[in-house]
Amino acid sequence: MNNVFVYLEIEGTTVADVSLELLTKGRKLANQLGCQLEAIAAGCGLAGIEKQVMPFGVDKLHIFDAEGLFPYTSQPHASILINLFKEEKPQICLMGATVIGRDLGPRVSSALTSGLTADCTALEIGDYEDKKAGKTYKDLLYQIRPAFGGNIVATIVNPEHRPQMATVREGVMKMEVLDENYKGKVIRHDVARYVPETEYVVKVIDRHVEKAKHNLKGASIVVAGGYGMGSREGFDMLFDLAKELHAEVGASRAAVDAGFADHDRQIGQTGVTVRPKLYIACGISGQIQHIAGMQESSIIISVNNDPNAPINTIAVYVINGTVEEVIPKMIKYYKSHSK
Amino acid sequence: MSLKIVVLAKQVPDTRNVGKDAMTAEGTVNRAALPAIFNPEDLNALEQALRLKESHPGSTVTLLTMGPGRAAEIIREGLYRGADGGYLLTDRSFAGADTLATSYALATAIRKIGGYDLIIGGRQAIDGDTAQVGPQVAEKLGLSQVTYAEEILDVDEAGKKVTIKRHIDGGVETVTAPLPLVITVNGSAAPCRPRNARLVQKYKRAMGAQEKALIARNGAELPYAALYEERPYLNITEWSAADVDADLAQCGLNGSPTKVKAVQNISFQAKESKTMTGSDADVEGLIVELLANHTIG
Repeated sequence: MNNVFVYLEIEGTTVADVSLELLTKGRKLANQLGCQLEAIAAGCGLAGIEKQVMPFGVDKLHIFDAEGLFPYTSQPHASILINLFKEEKPQICLMGATVIGRDLGPRVSSALTSGLTADCTALEIGDYEDKKAGKTYKDLLYQIRPAFGGNIVATIVNPEHRPQMATVREGVMKMEVLDENYKGKVIRHDVARYVPETEYVVKVIDRHVEKAKHNLKGASIVVAGGYGMGSREGFDMLFDLAKELHAEVGASRAAVDAGFADHDRQIGQTGVTVRPKLYIACGISGQIQHIAGMQESSIIISVNNDPNAPINTIAVYVINGTVEEVIPKMIKYYKSHSK
Repeated sequence: MSLKIVVLAKQVPDTRNVGKDAMTAEGTVNRAALPAIFNPEDLNALEQALRLKESHPGSTVTLLTMGPGRAAEIIREGLYRGADGGYLLTDRSFAGADTLATSYALATAIRKIGGYDLIIGGRQAIDGDTAQVGPQVAEKLGLSQVTYAEEILDVDEAGKKVTIKRHIDGGVETVTAPLPLVITVNGSAAPCRPRNARLVQKYKRAMGAQEKALIARNGAELPYAALYEERPYLNITEWSAADVDADLAQCGLNGSPTKVKAVQNISFQAKESKTMTGSDADVEGLIVELLANHTIG
C-alpha cells in the first residue's frame, strides 16, 4: 500500500531505457518516503523479465503476461493499471512520456480521477500548504515542468488524489543500477482477472519500428542548431563541424518546425534530453523548453549574433558572431590544431 | 450510410509570442493578454474529419470548443473550411480547469450532442503540450481511443470499424478500432485545407451570443441584426454548464486534482562566462583552449 509504482514500457521483451531511468528515480523517491518501489510489466513472453529490472532496486514486480498485451493497445494496459491501483493504492505512479505513456497515463488518470502531469523535467518530494483551505499536505510529489512557451517553470501538486501521476521523457532522469543482486518479489497475475475480454477491441494489423539513425542521447559532443541557421542547407555546416569533432547534430524545436532538421534530432522538453561534455549551440536563442533538454551539459558554447540571447546566460563561452562566420572558422582551426 | 463526426478544437494563446503578463498570480494562463489562434493539431484533426465527410456522403462535421466568448472564432474558422456547425462550451465555472476537468466538461457536451460515430481532436494543444484530453474524453465516454493518428485510412460503416495509420516511437503502425471511437491526430498528418471563399461569405457574420453582447455593450447597434433571424445558421450556439447538465464539483478549478504550487521565472547562470567575438584570433584561441583541456580531441 502507498508505494511508488513505475509502469514498464516493453518493446518485445526488452524494457525501455526510459522505464529503467524511472526505476532509478522511483527508488530514490521511495527511499525518501520510506516506502517500497513496485513495477508493472505487461506484455507477452515475459519469462525472465525480472532480471532486467530487479537490479534497479525493485521490491515488487507485477507481471501480466498474456497474448494480446503486445503490441501495446490502450484498453488492456489501462485496465491492468486501473484495477491493480484500486487494490494497491499507490501514492505515486511514473511512466515514460512516450507515445505509449502519453496514451495510457491520461486514460488511467481519468478512470481514477487522479491528477497527471505530462513531461516533467524534475520530480521532488515536499510539503504543500493550501492557504485557501487552511490545510498542509506532507510529502507530496512536486511535478516540475516548463510550461507555456518559455520563461516559466511550474510546480504541480495533487493534494487530494492518488496516485500522483507523472510522465517523464527519456533521458531526463539518470539510469543507475543499484545492486546487481537486489532481491525483489515477483508476482505473476492472472490477466483475465484484470482485463475483460471486451477490452481487446483495438487490433494492431501492421507495425514498423526502426532503430534510431543516430545516437544523440549518448553523444559526448553535441552541435545543435536553431532557427538562426536559416535553412536546411545551413545545417549542412553543422554536420561538417560534427563530423570533425565526432559529434552528433541536434536541433531546437524552432529549427525542426521550420523544416531545417528532422524531428528525431529535436533537443528539449518535447524532444530528447542530452548531457554531453560539450554543447555547441548555434543560432539558438534558448527557449526554456530547449534549455530543459541541455542545461546539464558540462560546457556550453553559444554562437549567436544576438548578444542578449537567453542561452548566453548559461553558456561558458559566448561568441558574438554569425554562424556563417564562426562555424567555418571552428572547422578550419580544429583541423589545423588537432593533428 | 453516413457518419456523425465531432471535432474537438481549442483556441490557444500563440505560445510563440508570449509576454510577461501571460500568467496570473495563481499560475493559470492570462488568455486575454495573448493573441489567440486555432490550435495547430486541431486543424489536422479537422482536415481528417472533412475528408471523411467527402468520402461518406451525408456525413456531418460538428465542432466543439470550450473557452470564453471570443472562442466562437474557432467555430467560424471551422465553418469557413466546411464544417456543418458547432458549439461553444462557455461558463465561468469551467475556468481554471486542468485536463481532467476539461475532459469532463467536453464529455458531458459530447453526450448532449449525441449520436456520434467519431470524435476527432488534435493530439495536444500548444499551450499545455499534455496530450491528455483526448484519452480522458475517451475514458469518460467509455470509448476506445487511437492517439497520434497520421491518417484515417478507412471507415467501414457496415462493419463499424475504422482503420488508422498512427505514429509510434521509432515507427508507424496500422490499427483497426471499433466505432464509435475517439481519435487524436498528430501534427505529421495532412495539413488543413484553407478557408473556402464561398463559405467565408456565407458565415462571416456568424457570431455567438457573447460576441453580439460585446458589440451592444459598446453602445453600437448589431449590424445586420435582422439577418440572425432569417439565417439561423449565423447564430453560434453557446452552452453553459447547466445546458450540458455538468456537475459543478467536477468543473473548472473545483474539478481539477492538479494544483499549481509555484510558478517561477527562472534565470540560468553559468559559473564563469567568457564573451568573445567571431574574429579569427578569438575562434582560434577557443579551439586551442578546448583542445588543451581535452574537451575536444
